[in-house]
Amino acid sequence: MAAPKKGRKQSAQGRPGRTLALMLIAIVALTGGMFASGHTTPRLGIDLAGGTSITLEAQNEPGQKNAINPTNMKTAVGIMERRVNGLGVSEAEVQTQGDKNIIVNIPKGTNSAQAREQVGTTAKLYFRPVLTGAPTGSATDPGASPSPSPSGNSASPSASGKSPSPTPSATATTQGRAVTEGLAAKDSAKKADPTPSSTPSDSASPPADPSGEAAAADVQKQLDALDCSTAKGRAAASEKAAQAEDSETIVACDPESQYKYALGPVAVNGERVDDASAVFATTTGEGWIVQMEFDDKGGDQFAEVTGRLVGQAPPQNQFAIVLDGEIVSAPSVNSAITGGSAQISGGFTQQSAEDLANVLSYGALPITFKEASVTTVDAALGGDQLEAGLIAGAIGLALVIIYLLLYYRGLSLIAIASLLVSAVMTYVIMSLLGPAIGFALNLPAVCGAIVAIGITADSFIVFFERIRDEVREGRTLRPAVERGWPRARRTILVSDFVSFLAAAVLFIVTVGKVQGFAFTLGLTTVLDVVVVFFFTKPLMTILARKKFFANGHSWSGLDPKRLGAKPPLRRSRRVSAPVDPKEA
Amino acid sequence: MSKLGNLGARLYRGEVGYDFVGKRMFWYGVSILITITAIVGLAVRGLNMGIEFEGGAVFTTPKTSVSASQAEDYAEEAAGHDAIVQGLGSGGLRIQVAGLDTNTSDQVKSELAQDMNLDPERISAELVGPSWGDQIANKAWQGLGIFLVLVVIYLAIAFEWRMALAAFVALIHDITITVGIYALVGFEVTPGTVIGLLTILGYSLYDTVVVFDSLKEQTKELTKQTRWTYSEVANRSINSTLVRSINTTVVALLPVAGLLFIGGGVLGAGMLNDISLSLFVGLAAGAYSSIFIATPLVADLKEREPQMKALKKRVLAKRASAASQSEPQEAEAVDEPYDEEPEDATPAVVGPPRSQRSQPSSRNRGRGRPSGKRR
Repeated sequence: MAAPKKGRKQSAQGRPGRTLALMLIAIVALTGGMFASGHTTPRLGIDLAGGTSITLEAQNEPGQKNAINPTNMKTAVGIMERRVNGLGVSEAEVQTQGDKNIIVNIPKGTNSAQAREQVGTTAKLYFRPVLTGAPTGSATDPGASPSPSPSGNSASPSASGKSPSPTPSATATTQGRAVTEGLAAKDSAKKADPTPSSTPSDSASPPADPSGEAAAADVQKQLDALDCSTAKGRAAASEKAAQAEDSETIVACDPESQYKYALGPVAVNGERVDDASAVFATTTGEGWIVQMEFDDKGGDQFAEVTGRLVGQAPPQNQFAIVLDGEIVSAPSVNSAITGGSAQISGGFTQQSAEDLANVLSYGALPITFKEASVTTVDAALGGDQLEAGLIAGAIGLALVIIYLLLYYRGLSLIAIASLLVSAVMTYVIMSLLGPAIGFALNLPAVCGAIVAIGITADSFIVFFERIRDEVREGRTLRPAVERGWPRARRTILVSDFVSFLAAAVLFIVTVGKVQGFAFTLGLTTVLDVVVVFFFTKPLMTILARKKFFANGHSWSGLDPKRLGAKPPLRRSRRVSAPVDPKEA
Repeated sequence: MSKLGNLGARLYRGEVGYDFVGKRMFWYGVSILITITAIVGLAVRGLNMGIEFEGGAVFTTPKTSVSASQAEDYAEEAAGHDAIVQGLGSGGLRIQVAGLDTNTSDQVKSELAQDMNLDPERISAELVGPSWGDQIANKAWQGLGIFLVLVVIYLAIAFEWRMALAAFVALIHDITITVGIYALVGFEVTPGTVIGLLTILGYSLYDTVVVFDSLKEQTKELTKQTRWTYSEVANRSINSTLVRSINTTVVALLPVAGLLFIGGGVLGAGMLNDISLSLFVGLAAGAYSSIFIATPLVADLKEREPQMKALKKRVLAKRASAASQSEPQEAEAVDEPYDEEPEDATPAVVGPPRSQRSQPSSRNRGRGRPSGKRR
């Protein structure tokens, strides 16, 4: 680092124009990319744009020590996402932070109180027997026909394509899934009668509910009233269903299969699921299946309910897996399952099998979440904060520029140009990083950028002071620049490295707002090095050839006389005794 | 301005300068005194931890006609806890209630909104559970620890262990002073403060590293000459980078001052203010420590090396013999060539280390410089 090879120095000195041009092309390309991508402003964080940010802290449930691990956290994030998006909130984002926090950011204009309620409560997973079902009002509402769930796993064609012979039930039912005993995969074809999707009215008519005709009619009425065709309607439905007591009957939507069901009281609580996983069943040819294991009590309960359901007529031989009031899947039962382990099969893709397994294991997830912090920022206040940050940045930049102008005079033009290049690049990269990695500019990040003005300007000061030192030694400007650069370069690299190290450690270790700050600081430090190497240095080399600087004009900031330079070594511009140090 | 530029030149040549290393005991004393004050302040007064660490809620209202004291009454009534209310530059209020649970805060918010006749949606709220603050604080300590270890390792590799140790001491010094000032003045400690504090680490080191870099360069072939001791060269390093140090500090402080002004003046309080305040204090301490503490410490440590002891002996012996000899050598016999000199001092009595007069120029100027070697 200290002593660069000769060739490199030569090329750096020889083609400053090319380096500069490349740098400018890179900047133009980046800026063009920014405009082309349509993201011309950085994505703003909640504290600047307004909205609600909820930090949830995972806590082990008693007796479970190592439950907080990346897998469980990922599952939990998936669940949270379902919930927040179930509210019809657009652009909400859920992400893990640190090793035990989940951050839910909800932008302005949505009901934050409701969102908080949803996110803060523990997810509830239940198994409920199906009483009766109906398609999602497709006859009356054409809006329902486009599938609301993009996962694309429910359509019967895919099921028929995958497993034509062993599970004919899958080809005919809308849901198309069967649950069988886990370890011994039985031939489900005989028992599972196809649910005729073409006659929904038939399946709805015989609600053979033991609780009586009146109750059945009531449930039927509720089911008829249930609106599953819109996101809003579904959100309302699942909210209502989620609040119901375990012993109540509920009506719920199954967005996947475009069906809605009336469901009986809770048969098995989701907490009874010990484990669930997606497996590719090679032997039976069923494709992807989901295996689940119950604990002892859950196994007994599940055996009881499957025993009760197995003999029933179509929709009533199904049970529904209900998460937060919404049906995740509603497989039919082919036989009483007593072993405590079961498998769900029929028309899964790898993705959908894993999704369902995740949902099922969430019931077994031994962590709960606690609201660690909630920040609600009114959009007006957010705007004020952003404005204040920008004003502060402008003031800071102006002060630095004035100081540089006064102290370095002409030389400061190079510094100012470099600062501006640095600022433009920071802005462009921040804008691009928004869509790319989800970077959101928050108030600490703005602070980081402002503080970085100092760090960036410092590199120029190091460089300029080195050049001035060389001029003081009596060199003319061009050799002074080339001799000062290697030394300045080392200092800049060493000190920027320390600065970057601080930012990196902060970013990796800390949580919350500190991260935004650390990120900006790290980014600007890297940009500082880029700008100094590929902009400031070549620009300096070029300008050193110009008369204004080379002759040490008194406003150039490089006036040898003013700097108190010794008499020139090689050419004597001024006449003075070579042994006397020049007194300025 | 030309005076200042002049000063830079004179500092560079060693014509003027301050004997940082020679007077180190005084500055060590000053630092120890400040540190003790800081520690005592910390022990006696403790830190004023913000609600982010204690748990509680901060509500920020839009422009309102309700007075601060009235709002305080409302808040205390609604929450059942003590409340602190500040007016903001925007005409709004910042109401801080400690010990509020995240669950009950919504209720408090709506009650407040009703009392103050505001739309609850327009009130910004920040609710923090106590465990969140603990987590932030723990992570901050963890970050501090990891960073210190990495930096010491890095400096030990890039420079040497003595410099790493000195930089480490200087860092601890900066942090202690900053924390002490927070305790003594009673500024509130928030995550913003922690951010600022952690940034100081990088910045304070940045300054130190630049001085060390110059020191390393100038002492490369130190043992091959008998003119200066390590301490003297160290002192010259500080002096020759002094202009840069001052410029850096000023340039770093200017944006922070902008932040502080806006944070305090317009927003009243909050993140901008907290970060910039701790940065301001820490940057000042950092600039001070890299000049007055870190480098003299390195010199102290270095002078203990047998090599350097021998060098010092040689240098002193040479000076003694030179003093007893003829007149023209007088300049080199001056014991403290870096002492502050009157502005009109003639070069003859200065003995500037970089002066060509008394030194073969090729040896002196090119010493330790990569660029010098290249020719």
